[in-house]
Amino acid sequence: MKRAVFVVTSLVALLVACSKSGPDNSAPASQAGAGGPVVGLSISTLNNPFFVTLRDGAKAEAEAKGIKLLIVDAQDDPAKQIASVEDLLQKKVQVLLINPTDSDAVANVVKRATAAGVKVISLDRSVNGAEVSAHIASDNVAGGKLAAEFLIEKIGGKGNLVELEGLPGSSAARERGKGFHSVVDGKPDVKVVAKQPADFDRAKGLSVMENILQGNKDVQGVFAHNDEMALGAEKAIEAAGLKNVVVVGFDATADAVAAVKAGKLAATVQQKPDLIGKKGVEVAKLLIDGQPVDKDIPVPLDLVKQ
Amino acid sequence: MTPREKAALQRIGPLLALLAVCLALSVASRDFLTVGNLFNVMRQVSINALIAFGMTLVILLGGIDLSVGSILALSSVLVAMLLKGGHDPARATLLGIAAGAFMGFLNGLVVAKGKVAPFIGTLGMVTMLRGFALVLSNGSPITGFSSDFFSVLGNGYVAGQIPVPVVWMLAMFALFWFTLRKTVFGRHVYATGGNAEAAKLSGVETDRIQILVYTISGAMAAMAGIILTSRLNSAQPTAGVGYELDAIAAVVLGGTSLSGGRGWISGTLIGALLIGVLNNGLNLLGVSSFYQQVIKGAVILLAVLLDRAGKK
Repeated sequence: MKRAVFVVTSLVALLVACSKSGPDNSAPASQAGAGGPVVGLSISTLNNPFFVTLRDGAKAEAEAKGIKLLIVDAQDDPAKQIASVEDLLQKKVQVLLINPTDSDAVANVVKRATAAGVKVISLDRSVNGAEVSAHIASDNVAGGKLAAEFLIEKIGGKGNLVELEGLPGSSAARERGKGFHSVVDGKPDVKVVAKQPADFDRAKGLSVMENILQGNKDVQGVFAHNDEMALGAEKAIEAAGLKNVVVVGFDATADAVAAVKAGKLAATVQQKPDLIGKKGVEVAKLLIDGQPVDKDIPVPLDLVKQ
Repeated sequence: MTPREKAALQRIGPLLALLAVCLALSVASRDFLTVGNLFNVMRQVSINALIAFGMTLVILLGGIDLSVGSILALSSVLVAMLLKGGHDPARATLLGIAAGAFMGFLNGLVVAKGKVAPFIGTLGMVTMLRGFALVLSNGSPITGFSSDFFSVLGNGYVAGQIPVPVVWMLAMFALFWFTLRKTVFGRHVYATGGNAEAAKLSGVETDRIQILVYTISGAMAAMAGIILTSRLNSAQPTAGVGYELDAIAAVVLGGTSLSGGRGWISGTLIGALLIGVLNNGLNLLGVSSFYQQVIKGAVILLAVLLDRAGKK
């Protein structure tokens, strides 16, 4: 019997302790909702630095604005995500920021939130099959423009460019390509001599670039819609013995940033997850105050170069 | 303390722990003890509970079924493909459960007839079935079913307020409780788990019992998969990773012995509720997900320590 009492008391003690010491729990829980506005943030996974940075951006902004931000982590499991969003709804959040694990799988729970009078904002990935108040994500068009301007400057305003496209039909490929062409197409001295999909894949980036170089070695610059393809293309260029070809990737993955440092890639476009998180809380505040918000909110990017 | 009292305490221990946690959460968060939230928790628990009911039988035999998460994923994908192919949703659902049962049956064959240790046999199935799920779905989720019937399975309500998955869970609980307490099959499961040799000598067909139990476990995993697919309106080939551990934790928290022969289905329901209440409560309290994992692990360890202490 003593042991049972011991275990039960430890459990209670543990719970009471964690209810006070949880790092995301700045105010005593029993007072939540009584004071300032409450916003829920459901993140796809905190096992990925991108989303950890997104969370940190949101957290800092919430603290600055006096908003209580409740953060739940889906650990990349859509089932966990809907369960934890339901918990947030029980907690009567006024706005739900959701970074979906899967765009389709969260539709049901987003509908439930909307039905309960909670405004929903999607972050980074969109929601398919349910309406949201706003969608906040990186401005891929602007990223494509940024890459194009940098490339043109690096090749001295004239020369031949190759574009390695992402998976046909994907929004990232479409938007990054659109931004790139909006800059390049107007320039008379710059020509896109080849434009082929390599499906965001490093091995395909390598073989597609090899094929392109078979036909035309007069290439000064390459824009790849992601870093994987850029790194593949760089290998093909190296193998063909070409020097001074400017390769620009997209995403600023760890591999690519290392390659930029080593001088193998010229640059990579970097998303700003902290800004996505910050913007999410800003827009949530606007919604709570009854202000109108834009449906699509692009977040700018920047360039990692040597 | 007499042995009788000890046994009673052991059975009531998990319930005490559940009540204590509920009490603490009610004090700590005023959002916890509401009808809406309690049904919310039970709905969240239902998927793990269904898997854990099947797992209870397996563990009563002294076995283990690591493949439940993969069975869940493959059955979900199969049901989604049937639905997409225009099959009647009721038939698709039943076929999905039958498919899960068949996968469990293969587990049973490997363990009972192939004399492979359950840990290894079902571990092989984990990878193989996951592979099939990825092959069939081509690695991406299958989404968007138009059937209202199928949507109700995971999202509907009975009597206005009780979520349909909770009804599934309670119905299966009643069935398992009855089977273990009142049927010859139930007694044979306990006998085989307690001492397979002795059971065999006294006329129990232990191989058949084993095969049947793994088949049931597969069917339960498929049932959980169907509810999950309905809730998400999407079948994910990567679903269910790690679900076997949640199910095993629920069984062990409920006081069922991993060495077989001793355990209760009501304990498993309480164990699953305890895990669900912790998940829900820690979310309501805004505890970081990293600390949540620490706390859940500590609770499982404490429960098992209590179990050991009770046995001495």
